[in-house]
Amino acid sequence: MTIRSSVETAAISTAAVLVALLLFGGFAAARGLDPLEVYRVLYVGAFGTWFAVQNTLTQAAPLMLTALCTAVPARAGLLVIGGEGALVIGGLATVLAGVPLAGAPAPLGIALLCAAGAVAGGLWVGAAGALRHWRGVNETISTLLLNYIAIAVLNHLITGPIRDFAQVLKPASWSLGEHLRIGDVPGTSVHWGLAFGVAACALLWVLMRRTTFGFAVDILGGNVRAARMAGLPVGAMVLVACFLGGAAAGLAGAVEVVAVHGFASSSLVVGYGYAGILVAFLARQNPLAIVFVSVLLGGISASGGLLQRRFGLPDAATLVLRGLLFVAVLASTTLYGRLRVFRRP
Amino acid sequence: MTELGWAGVLVAVAGGAVRVSTPYLFVSLGETLTEKSGRVNLGLEGTLVLGAMSAYGVAHLSGSPWLGVLVAGVAGAGFGLGHGAVCGLARVNDVAMGIALFLLGTGLAFYLGKPFIEPVAPRLPHLAFGAWSASPQVRAALDVSPLFVAGAVLAPVLRWALGNTKWGLVVRTVGDNSDAAKALGWPVSLVRTLATVAGGFLAGVGGSFLSLQYPGTWNEALSSGQGLMAIALVIFARWDPMACFYASLLFGGATALGPALQSVGVTTNYYLYGAAPYVLTLGLLVYSSSTRHTLVGAPSELTISR
Repeated sequence: MTIRSSVETAAISTAAVLVALLLFGGFAAARGLDPLEVYRVLYVGAFGTWFAVQNTLTQAAPLMLTALCTAVPARAGLLVIGGEGALVIGGLATVLAGVPLAGAPAPLGIALLCAAGAVAGGLWVGAAGALRHWRGVNETISTLLLNYIAIAVLNHLITGPIRDFAQVLKPASWSLGEHLRIGDVPGTSVHWGLAFGVAACALLWVLMRRTTFGFAVDILGGNVRAARMAGLPVGAMVLVACFLGGAAAGLAGAVEVVAVHGFASSSLVVGYGYAGILVAFLARQNPLAIVFVSVLLGGISASGGLLQRRFGLPDAATLVLRGLLFVAVLASTTLYGRLRVFRRP
Repeated sequence: MTELGWAGVLVAVAGGAVRVSTPYLFVSLGETLTEKSGRVNLGLEGTLVLGAMSAYGVAHLSGSPWLGVLVAGVAGAGFGLGHGAVCGLARVNDVAMGIALFLLGTGLAFYLGKPFIEPVAPRLPHLAFGAWSASPQVRAALDVSPLFVAGAVLAPVLRWALGNTKWGLVVRTVGDNSDAAKALGWPVSLVRTLATVAGGFLAGVGGSFLSLQYPGTWNEALSSGQGLMAIALVIFARWDPMACFYASLLFGGATALGPALQSVGVTTNYYLYGAAPYVLTLGLLVYSSSTRHTLVGAPSELTISR
């Protein structure tokens, strides 16, 4: 990636974000609000105070991992949107793995719990990759369906087989032992999941950009026929790309259980998977860019509560802003290579 | 309620097939038309929810459910226009754009629909084909929605129009070979946009069924992937409107299975039966897809069949 094309990406993405914010301001104005005041509160709620920043980072942690679920298969030319389902399955696997691991010493037990979540999420999305490769089933539709199936499995398990009746607020599974939970980064209220997210993004960046495997996946994403002609193991690469993506989202589910809730419930289904798709596209499927875009999008989620309290906007306001962002970013892809400033002289 | 016992389950599933199938039918017919022109619109799930919300809101404010149906269609057409216009730009991925509109559509519906969760809107009337029967279950099963009848008429009409009219030929040519269509001087992008607008209109109308007929209320959990399943159903139906009609009935029956079993006292595994339509969709996709050959009836310009 040359400097020129990096600047082009940054400029076009920024323009898309500004257009989306402008449109959102229009929505606010239609409700009789001052758009500038809405932007200010959006900023304050996301980054304005230390409390807001911590909230933003907490929201960003799962987004980094679910974004990888779309970004890694995307390099192989697949459009996977199964992050939501893989997160749920990862969370469930973590709770179930907590039973045999109840007596394990903390560091080992926690590592195994996270591994269980990642493997379960990886197999879940990997199944969609297998269907794609062997049966030609469209992976976008199959992963979306798998999201709904995962949520049905979650609801089935937490209202029956693994329900903890001591949880009175809403149906939830039994809880992990206290010693198998991880806490916050010292001095903050941000849990360690953030470190998992940053590490996973860095690791996958190295894998996708600095190894032979990553290069081969890029060839596959560019042209399947060329990849076949070059003798690349296309099937295995599709499976590995899907598995890695699913594993990242599964890890997000494991972190939600180990670091945030301690049990599985409908709190796992809050749209991290869908927001992750937007993050991946905004970051143009680049794992390092995902870290920064996740913080930006986490900020939007974090300021949702303040928007609600200050202006009486419905909580879906952040969903609208995200949707507008997504549309603007996709529409902006048409600009690449068209702007004279960024062309080679 | 249990006077018919297990036969009641069958009656309820058959009745459910008719009652629940309408949104599947409208979305799949709309998507068939759009895909025949060579474009995919995965955003119809969002269109469905937006249609449901706008129909309910307008019916509540105006007192006329039919006006609600119309406005739902217009809202859907507007979203179709947005999809068509943006995907007409060079190098914009129509599958990803569909996901974006899915998220924007549901978000917008929740945002604008917040005030309409509590109030009551007038519902669409039923056509009572079961008035002759003494059994309340049979009567309930034969209360048919006028929208279902409209969809059942539309399916053969659309099939005929795609196969036998000049407009049908234009749409199919644009979807099968855009170079040939360009050589004939036909405006490829315009045809696709119009097909997407029409598909959006139908999906919006399908949404109005959810809020104004069955279940007949507006809330944020109204649609859980029906629009998406309808899109998958188009592949299974091989882009044939009549096959969409039969497949919609099948899906309606599958969706009605959980509640039907609950009515005879089978309440365990409720959520697993609720997953039946998704599992069925996935199974049918696995069954009807292939890596070896392009699917019969698949428009060659389609991004998801390449």
